[in-house]
Amino acid sequence: MDLLNAIVALSNFVLIPAIAYGSQLALGALGVTLIYGILRFSNFAHGDTMAFGTMCTILVTWAFQSIGISGGPLPTALLALPFGIAGCAALILATDRGIYKFYRTQKAKPVIFVIVSLGVMFIMNGLVRFIIGPDDQRFSDGERFIISVRDFKALTGLKEGLAIKTTQGITVITAVIVVALLFYFLNRTRTGKSMRAYSDNEDLALLSGINPERVVMVTWLIVAALATIAGVLYGLDKSFKPFVYFQLLLPIFAAAIVGGLGSPIGAIAGGFVIAFSEVTITYAWKKVATYALPDALAPDGLAQLLSTDYKFAVSFVILLIVLLFRPTGLFAGKSV
Amino acid sequence: MKKLMMASAATALMAGTAFADGHATEVKIGVILGFTGPLESITPAMGAGAEMAMAEVTASGALLDSATVTSVRGDSTCIDAGAATAAAERLITSDGVHGIMGADCSGVTGAILQNVARANGVVMISPSATSPGLSTAEDDGLFFRTAPSDARQGVIITNILQDRGVNEVALTYTNNDYGKGLADAFQAEFEKAGGTVTISAAHEDGKADYSAEVGALASGGGETLVVAGYVDQGGSGIVRAALDTGAFDTFYFPDGMVGAKLNENFGEELNGSYGAYPGTDSPGAASFVELAEAAGFDGTGAFAPESYDAAALLMFAMQAANSTDSAAYKEHVFDVANAPGVQIFPGELAKGLELIKAGEDIDYVGASAVELIGPGESAGNYQEIEFADGVYSTIKYR
Repeated sequence: MDLLNAIVALSNFVLIPAIAYGSQLALGALGVTLIYGILRFSNFAHGDTMAFGTMCTILVTWAFQSIGISGGPLPTALLALPFGIAGCAALILATDRGIYKFYRTQKAKPVIFVIVSLGVMFIMNGLVRFIIGPDDQRFSDGERFIISVRDFKALTGLKEGLAIKTTQGITVITAVIVVALLFYFLNRTRTGKSMRAYSDNEDLALLSGINPERVVMVTWLIVAALATIAGVLYGLDKSFKPFVYFQLLLPIFAAAIVGGLGSPIGAIAGGFVIAFSEVTITYAWKKVATYALPDALAPDGLAQLLSTDYKFAVSFVILLIVLLFRPTGLFAGKSV
Repeated sequence: MKKLMMASAATALMAGTAFADGHATEVKIGVILGFTGPLESITPAMGAGAEMAMAEVTASGALLDSATVTSVRGDSTCIDAGAATAAAERLITSDGVHGIMGADCSGVTGAILQNVARANGVVMISPSATSPGLSTAEDDGLFFRTAPSDARQGVIITNILQDRGVNEVALTYTNNDYGKGLADAFQAEFEKAGGTVTISAAHEDGKADYSAEVGALASGGGETLVVAGYVDQGGSGIVRAALDTGAFDTFYFPDGMVGAKLNENFGEELNGSYGAYPGTDSPGAASFVELAEAAGFDGTGAFAPESYDAAALLMFAMQAANSTDSAAYKEHVFDVANAPGVQIFPGELAKGLELIKAGEDIDYVGASAVELIGPGESAGNYQEIEFADGVYSTIKYR
């Protein structure tokens, strides 16, 4: 029984939050890694792309709510998601036509693209704040919990409770579906294969008749979809605030680099590595240890490796270690 | 000849200005509050409170030579010391304010005091900076506050918890001067009284995810979670995550957390939680709320009464010194705030000014029962609140 309590406490405070956060990071990192792999630059505007897509979704959600459309027990935002993706894709394609294409035709160096994306980031940042404001926005509705702490305790009679929020469930399920679709697309369809070919060797791909503009366009469309989905899931689970999305850029890049830039599997693994390291290393193991170990061995202190103040330092230490010993990342992406 | 006339005219002008400095017909008071940032939801009422006192005095015409008092607002941002210092610098050097009502958060208040107020020799009275560190800061006698130090709040929290039989709490604080100061003061006091703080963990404001912090707090355990944070920022995030994971059911809310946002964000979920924020049952508090209502703002907002009092004290001290010069009137702040003298309540500022002019002593009680102690800070009165049916209400005064 005590061991069960230990497992439940661990799941409630470590596993479930980390899995949900990891899925959100993984979706974000997938977008970054795709751009790096195919367009060959680090897109600093990714965090704000997520914010823009989420903002579109929120506006459509509010419109739906005001005319009485709701998703029942599920958040209305899921119904609004396709419209959000469309809005985000429109902006991103316009950005590509208006800005990135100019540098692409000049065959500009990657570092120039990085700086250009920095400029795009600030413009998108301002655009989002201008339209929806800098404040917190709540847009989740429907059932809040799949299972709440009180229900779980009543159901099992355990001392420890377990809560699974609806948004956490949706996050994981959506992430699995999106990743499955993406891998099917990249590995099985003609367009997906041409994208991978373009990523591996641009000149060879061009010689074999692949249309580069089409590859670029499809990449941006996928990135818009990934960014919007990641942003909406994060916003549903936590809350939407433009500044927070801007800050998300750091863990997302850490995830993409740890996994290996350009490698989709690496992006997913990296997302979870970062999420788990943030939560587990700063977790105080006292409660779990008290349940799991015999009384004599139970710790007096908190059994906390690092204070929670350092949780961001943890991700970056991991990033440094990976870069020092495996510069291409865990899954051998392109060298940074 | 022409030169001589020019020179004498210029001298006369300068003498005129110097003379007007002592008996200005316009008194400018800087209002430096975090109109943007973590306290942005309570600062509008604070600013309005201070400006109401100024309007009252202007209407009475009793200050100095029937001076008009104007407010010049500056944004302290609450967290960005650089921006706050720049705003204060602007108020003093470019707007020429004669005194400062502010700032609000402890960190920026300390920065403004050291970098701007002392450098320019301008009095500042903060309505809400509560860090114990400010009690011992070098201030050249220029700094006062109508809010009590958190060392005092530490005692209040300990008393309230122990009256309820709570002996084991977890503690989280926002990672800045205010949070750290309050947390340390409370922990020292609580442990001295025999209580146990199972874990004291900082949280950063402006993050969306607090699962790591709440995980650690839950592992520490305890009957109640003391959240020394801000209601607009991480404090609410911590409460949200703690409720969702079932880590804690009851919370203790210090002053930075008490606000209407709690009712909005959580409502029923907080039933049984409690806290305390500065406030008093002196008749001054009630009449302030009425005045505020007439002026069109919420007089029950946290630190709004203290803001009114801070502005009123500045003007009383100027009247007592018969000067708007900080170096002269800083000596009089204690005299007008404390006994002996005729007690002055909100809405009676004109009466107080007339009494001072007639050479009598006053004891300004004001909206928050101001009594300055030690290095110039309020002794402090707190109202204890409790949540029932999804809203909080005051149950007791301490």
